[in-house]
Amino acid sequence: MKVWVFAEVALDKVTTATLELLTKAREIGSDVEAIYAGAGDAAAVAASVGAYGATKLHVIDPGDGLPGQVAAATIAQLAGEQSPDVILFAQSYDGRDALARLSVKLDKPVLTNGMSLSANGDALTFGTAIFGGVTLVDVKLTTDGPALIAIRPKSFAAEESGGAAAAVANVATADSGRAAEAKILAQHVEEQQGPKLEEAAVVVSGGRGIGAAENYEPLVEELAKVLKGAWGASRAIVDAGWVPYALQVGQTGKTVKPKVYIALGISGATQHLVGMKGSDNIVAVNKDGEAPIFSVADLGIIGDVHKVVPVLIEALKAKS
Amino acid sequence: MNVAVCVKQIPDPAVPGTLSADKTLDRAGKLILDESDSYGVEMALQLVDAAGGGEVTLISMAPNDEVSGLRTALAMGAAKAILVSDPALAGSDALSTAKILAKSIERAGDIDLVLAATESSDGYTGTVPAQVAELLGWPALTFSKHVEIADGKVKVQRQTEAGYDEVEASLPAIVSVTAGVVEPRYPSFKGIMAAKNKPVDKVTAADLGLDAGQVGWAGARQEIVNIEQAPARQAGEKFEDDGTGAEKVVAFLEQLKVV
Ligand SMILES: Cc1cc2nc3c(=O)[nH]c(=O)nc-3n(C[C@H](O)[C@H](O)[C@H](O)COP(=O)(O)OP(=O)(O)OC[C@H]3O[C@@H](n4cnc5c(N)ncnc54)[C@H](O)[C@@H]3O)c2cc1C
Ligand SMILES: Nc1ncnc2c1ncn2[C@@H]1O[C@H](COP(=O)(O)O)[C@@H](O)[C@H]1O
Repeated sequence: MKVWVFAEVALDKVTTATLELLTKAREIGSDVEAIYAGAGDAAAVAASVGAYGATKLHVIDPGDGLPGQVAAATIAQLAGEQSPDVILFAQSYDGRDALARLSVKLDKPVLTNGMSLSANGDALTFGTAIFGGVTLVDVKLTTDGPALIAIRPKSFAAEESGGAAAAVANVATADSGRAAEAKILAQHVEEQQGPKLEEAAVVVSGGRGIGAAENYEPLVEELAKVLKGAWGASRAIVDAGWVPYALQVGQTGKTVKPKVYIALGISGATQHLVGMKGSDNIVAVNKDGEAPIFSVADLGIIGDVHKVVPVLIEALKAKS
Repeated sequence: MNVAVCVKQIPDPAVPGTLSADKTLDRAGKLILDESDSYGVEMALQLVDAAGGGEVTLISMAPNDEVSGLRTALAMGAAKAILVSDPALAGSDALSTAKILAKSIERAGDIDLVLAATESSDGYTGTVPAQVAELLGWPALTFSKHVEIADGKVKVQRQTEAGYDEVEASLPAIVSVTAGVVEPRYPSFKGIMAAKNKPVDKVTAADLGLDAGQVGWAGARQEIVNIEQAPARQAGEKFEDDGTGAEKVVAFLEQLKVV
């Protein structure tokens, strides 16, 4: 089976989600290639995707357009010529842009929010979760390829293949019509201190139970910092404007799988749990003993975050 | 300026979801306006207001002639709605939905801007807005957390992995907005009364020139082969904090060698 992966780069690095897709592509396919739309260093991208099993890197220049949307026309043309069986995308911003436009160009359905994928000969089985992660559903396509599939980050582990750099093939950008009229005027990088939320070994998240926006820094951020971890949030406090969206964990936010996840004043709604219940260990502090978060916690403290957390921070500081 | 807003009507997310016999989400009960779309409706009302003229048209595809969610958005201030409701649409996937919405936008005519949410609360594929844009041949400014219109152009702040990009396009264009882009207003009593008499243009797939093979189960071209409960995580120990809560957490972290 011929599998293509839509590769993405953020802050000069191929994203972990891309590497996860390449690892899966190797498992289900014999022939793995990557597509990269962007102005980054193609040789560096080729080395990274090669180390995870891609033998070829198709490079598309999106100019100052949105990479996924401009690339779709070119990918459609390539797919017409080279007939990949599957094209994998991350359930990301540019990934979904590319997937959406490509599905129209090829008139093929999309399978999104994937959490598992397996192949039996040429037959693919795609798995996703509904009702906030409570129910698992397996789906098969009943049309011919290419199968267009988006996978949630953290669904698979990324494992190197030890392969050489992928061979770079620069592809002429096909006319994408008015899609190319959406122009990027400026890019803003939001400074992030400490480890990335998706990659940290320890994640401390705060919810509405922390009481007020000004408590986030001394309770949640501070505890994360003493544990050299990253800090996250429930949607309730993102919607309330206490912290930026980039910190949201859950169905509509990030999926995290740290060694330890510490939930402070979070009730544990299914939409939050779906983003963190894959963590190795879960600690919860909540004053309501019936809070659903305790049903997934390895260690639950029924208590007030204002009492427990400052003492915890002091105790940890005393040890380091 | 005329703005169309795609609004999905969904089962109340506070009530646990169920599957119907054909394995699709059960949408038989009363549906409500997807909260994610209330941001698009508010944004549209504000943009039309700022432009000093024009109106907001709602576009929705929903089963059983459902209008409850549309009435909520009409009560907020939208002028009229197109509702696509047709048994042939059951089982529609993202692409079929986009085909319906794109045809509906063409039916509305004279639209400068289309707004949608980045992802719906019950389907959350997050592809429909860009699919609609591709079908219409329009630019799409996706995942926007800030939107403004000036000199016939739309300018947004689009979320990225690293922060956000400023992105601009000429009109007509489609923009998908994140939750929190604006604060949705509550419908006033007057608005609720007025909404009862606002026009809702009810149409079928055939009215839009789409044949049954392109939409619904036939259009989705996929089958559900297995449904099961996700394995539950085992709950561990739970302690009432008697002043030793912090100590217990420290001990737990030490045992994991995190400290
Ligand atoms: C379509 C959809 C998508 C969603 N996506 C997400 C998502 O991605 N991520 C997400 O998080 N949510 C998501 N949600 C929202 C989710 O359903 C919950 O509303 C949200 O997670 C609740 O956040 P919370 O736990 O902070 O707040 P609450 O549910 O209000 O819980 C606050 C908790 O704090 C406790 N508490 C209060 N005071 C204290 C104190 N002093 N000390 C200790 N504990 C205290 C309370 O007992 C309570 O359990 C989504 C919802 C929908 C419908
Ligand atoms: N049936 C529908 N009727 C109207 N708008 C819809 C419908 N389905 C999706 N949309 C719009 O497209 C957005 C993204 O949907 P989705 O791709 O399903 O996550 C939604 O938030 C709506 O704005």
